[in-house]
Amino acid sequence: MDTVTIGKALNLGLRRALEDDRKVVLMGEDIGKLGGVFRITDGLQKDFGDDRVIDTPLAESGIVGTAIGLALRGYRPVCEIQFDGFVYPAYDQIVSQVAKMHYRARGQVRLPIVIRIPYGGGIGAVEHHSESPEAYFAHTAGLKVVTCASPNDAYWMIQQAIASDDPIIFFEPKRRYWEKGPVDPVAEPYPLHAARVAREGRDATVVAYGPMVRTALDAATAAAEDGRDLEVIDLRSISPLDMAPVYESVRKTGRLVVVHEAPSNVGVSAEIAARVTEHCFYSLEAPVLRVTGFNVPYPTARVEEEYLPDLDRVLDAVDRSFGW
Amino acid sequence: MAKPPGKPPAEPEFVQLLTPDGERVEHPDYKVDFTDEEYRGLYHDLVVVRRLDAEATALQRQGELGIWASLLGQEAAQVGSGRALRPQDMAFPTYREHGVLYCRGIDPVMPLSLFRGVDQGAWDPIKMKFALYTIVIGAQTLHATGYAMGITMDGKVGAEDGEAVIAYFGDGASSQGDVNEAFVWASVFHAPVVFFCQNNQYAISEPLERQTRVPLYQRANGFGFPGVRVDGNDVLASYAVTRAALDQARVGQGPTLIEAYTYRMGAHTTSDDPTRYRIASEVEAWQAKDPILRVRRFLEHNGLAEQAYFDEVDEQARMEAAHLRERVLEMPDPEPLSLFDHVYPHGSPEVDEERARHASYLASFAGEAH
Repeated sequence: MDTVTIGKALNLGLRRALEDDRKVVLMGEDIGKLGGVFRITDGLQKDFGDDRVIDTPLAESGIVGTAIGLALRGYRPVCEIQFDGFVYPAYDQIVSQVAKMHYRARGQVRLPIVIRIPYGGGIGAVEHHSESPEAYFAHTAGLKVVTCASPNDAYWMIQQAIASDDPIIFFEPKRRYWEKGPVDPVAEPYPLHAARVAREGRDATVVAYGPMVRTALDAATAAAEDGRDLEVIDLRSISPLDMAPVYESVRKTGRLVVVHEAPSNVGVSAEIAARVTEHCFYSLEAPVLRVTGFNVPYPTARVEEEYLPDLDRVLDAVDRSFGW
Repeated sequence: MAKPPGKPPAEPEFVQLLTPDGERVEHPDYKVDFTDEEYRGLYHDLVVVRRLDAEATALQRQGELGIWASLLGQEAAQVGSGRALRPQDMAFPTYREHGVLYCRGIDPVMPLSLFRGVDQGAWDPIKMKFALYTIVIGAQTLHATGYAMGITMDGKVGAEDGEAVIAYFGDGASSQGDVNEAFVWASVFHAPVVFFCQNNQYAISEPLERQTRVPLYQRANGFGFPGVRVDGNDVLASYAVTRAALDQARVGQGPTLIEAYTYRMGAHTTSDDPTRYRIASEVEAWQAKDPILRVRRFLEHNGLAEQAYFDEVDEQARMEAAHLRERVLEMPDPEPLSLFDHVYPHGSPEVDEERARHASYLASFAGEAH
């Protein structure tokens, strides 16, 4: 078992996918010689050639639109969108074509496309480099949406996403790219669309995904010092949501706090709150509470720590849940 | 809004091999060498395609189709380019390429289910070598270009038996970002794709002047590949220009933009009213350039066909139309729960759950009088 960063784990996962299936091709801006602005594809063009690791023109709709054509031709394209805020020019191709072509063809077309998007804030960047647009995609039937929070998940989930015939939006927690952890390249991987209990606890449930899993785990450690035992669930899959472990946890703890960086309005946490209310109504000791980014455009770097949910805001929500 | 200064786009010069009077003319770069039978075959295709189109319009007027996008006036551009495709070539249509579809040997009833609202296409694009109808304007040009890149990656380009792709779009689509991105991609990846723009002069109500200040085929220059304008009402020229461009693509000469200069004689769709935005005299002027009449004149002048033949083709077209109508009327509505089918190749527990819930809701009415 090796200890690597999330970024390196993605790189190793992509490498293995390229080795395992000659139909896998990577496409994106600066992913070749440069290895991507985050170096996720570092060294891959050198080893697999510029036919399989393709530096594309700077046009996101073109990246996704041509990926559709390649998929129709039998390829398995993996598109890199350089930053979250740059995906919108490709939105039409993703939502109107990638998501719907299988349905349009009544099953006679499969588009095994993965669209990788580094997302979220906390890196001190300028505008458009720190957004969390996952709800836009989770709202669209025909797309599956996943996100990883650990090196082992990064390594395996990217390979599972590439091997899947479903179109998948793969969100990468960019500010966690440099966090290290173990990768087990041998053990049977956890299912792609399953949520996982990241920390067991009895008193309250905290649901998070992507970059907020680390924040939730830190909050749980801090809460333990105050004698509160938090259970942390890493959703992993945003569409479909794997709610069974959430229901099970809430039935045990009676309290739920949902954490994400994206704004709360019409967001993933709202969907989770609605479902938990429907399925766990008599188990709830308090309303489902949300800790999220604010309903403002992503702010400038010098105040982004105010915007981003942190350990204290998670603990504050836990306190409010207990004080209900 | 003020119009930009300067001259409007010049009257077109284009490749023409058959004049509106049915006179065969030669062009230094483009030739056709058809047998008498092949000339008659083109006439047959044009007549049948127009007749089927009229039938579909009638079906819409009678409430049997939700909407229809008529190709009236564009038969030559579609039959010419459609017949230019070789069997291994792949076509990416808009939602109006019924004539191309016919020339691919595909049953013309296939797209009618889409316009009836029974499905959204539901054909296998790879098996048909004809992609699904694409309603979002211009989106398919990128799919075509990606597919063409795949042909290159598969090593299926560079010889006379190579594969090529044709991407259909219109003058309105030429303003779309996707079309311009497709031009960039095709150019820098030297993709074996032919961009076939049917310039029918209108994007619903907006005239060509609202899309461009230069002739559309000249756009190709800026992207680094050849552009050519063809008389889109001339089936021979449309065939010759498309065949040449496809053959260049398949041997590794890269993309071409073809502007087929034509006219949409009918409405944009059956929901449209063109009398609000264009004058009758303009339509009449184009009537004189009719794509079918000129072939008929050519056949007559050269003794290739007589009245009996034309009557026979009309009868064949009438029978095909009747057969089409019969099958449209027989199309069953989809089962209610089928709307949950084929959302994902691997399925989804969320879709399954909603389906089950809706099924039990529907079942709760069992036994009630309707």
